[in-house]
Amino acid sequence: MAKTTKKILVVDDEPDLEPLMLQRMRRNIRRGEYEFVFAHDGVEALEMLTADKEIDMVVSDINMPRMDGLTLLQQIQDVSPDIRAIIISAYGDMENIRTAMNRGAFDFVTKPLDFQDLRITIDRTLQHLDEWRDALQSRDKLVALQNELDVANNIQQSVLPASFPEDASYQIYGSMQPARNVGGDFFDVQILRNGKIGLAIADVSDKGMPAALFMMSSRMLLKGAGQRFENPGEALEEVNNLLDAENEAAMFVTLFYAIYDTNTSVFHYANGGHNEPIVVHPDGSTTVIPPTGGTALGIIPEIPYKENSIKLEPGDTVILYTDGITEAFNAEGELFGLDQLCEIFRDRQPQNAEDASEIVFDAVNKFAGDEPQSDDQACLVFRRT
Amino acid sequence: MEISTERVGSALIVMPSENRVDGTNARDFQVGLEAAIEETDSAVIFDAETLTYISSAGLRAILLVVKSINRRGGKFAVCSLSDPIREIFSISGFDNIIPIEASRDDALSAIG
Repeated sequence: MAKTTKKILVVDDEPDLEPLMLQRMRRNIRRGEYEFVFAHDGVEALEMLTADKEIDMVVSDINMPRMDGLTLLQQIQDVSPDIRAIIISAYGDMENIRTAMNRGAFDFVTKPLDFQDLRITIDRTLQHLDEWRDALQSRDKLVALQNELDVANNIQQSVLPASFPEDASYQIYGSMQPARNVGGDFFDVQILRNGKIGLAIADVSDKGMPAALFMMSSRMLLKGAGQRFENPGEALEEVNNLLDAENEAAMFVTLFYAIYDTNTSVFHYANGGHNEPIVVHPDGSTTVIPPTGGTALGIIPEIPYKENSIKLEPGDTVILYTDGITEAFNAEGELFGLDQLCEIFRDRQPQNAEDASEIVFDAVNKFAGDEPQSDDQACLVFRRT
Repeated sequence: MEISTERVGSALIVMPSENRVDGTNARDFQVGLEAAIEETDSAVIFDAETLTYISSAGLRAILLVVKSINRRGGKFAVCSLSDPIREIFSISGFDNIIPIEASRDDALSAIG
């Protein structure tokens, strides 16, 4: 079994980081969750990784003397291929984020460091690492393919946010029911600058480990592009171009991306081949948000993504979902369908974001009965309060 | 998966034997398509008349075929889509990438 205390190597030439990290993470250290060791450049980090095989993950700055963080990432692959690394980058620095991802970084955090965000990112990485090690063990034991798919599902689950930001003006809640054979749905929420929030829901076109890895790349690229670009269409265009570049397996992802501005209550969105979300109004009526067209990402490069905006009124609830919801089927082979998804809110108006998600899953599960579903079902709810 | 084939002039028409393609049989579907289409086929029509559902994993199998045919300068089209299948192609934006024809005859006159 995985050992409980995880050893984290922090690499930064900034001398103040060591005491600050120990101070801000003191609870996790006291609880025996994390143990920190520190290096001040890439060369020292590599020496430590070679000498100490107990290190689980690396958190590294990019700009450092002697050997920078991006070179370090490359070298880590040779020394300890099973180590996962998080990079500390400047906000929206797509070029370095992309290089880091191509060199195997699992995720990134931005400067100035937000320790709450860092903790969430470290936990996500460590959870992924446990799943990954299980997967390797399964492969060693030549266990059936199903086991690998289960692991891929767990990796997928570990990438989803476990908690959601909230303030007086909005609520967010997301949930997913994985299918037995497929692991491709994900959603993500990101706090952006100037009172804006990025919301994404997506569906990767395949199952198993390659799809889980493609999903992680898509998520990381979108997180970077969401910081770099003010407009959702530009962010999708960037992610599409980067995904296509090295995609021999013809994998693709349908992705809906919105930026909500808490100052203006405007929900600004673009769509890469995904189902259009619906808006549930306080009186129980629903509208499908106006389509923008747009092709799934990773198929053809250099295509524009049209954008649109809607203004959310108090009590409006936006339901982002994947096709596993509307294409849920019952024993008779009938599909749940968009019409039924819209109708369910007439009788039961959502009290909050979590409630809206429950209404959806209650209705879908009741409809499908015991029929095993062939596709993941995911739902991300955004509600203006 | 069994893929039935029919040749009309220089065009190859392929049709899946199962009416539902999803995560559970998409790989079979892909292997079947690859086996049915010869390297020399320069015009391939996918007849979707019997299809009732296709998931993104199924679309990916079609995309692999399209990419391979495009690489060798061939043509590809789909035809006879029911409304729900047509909608899946439209939502995913696949109708921007793959020509969609109403009937076999339309497809044949477009690329055959």
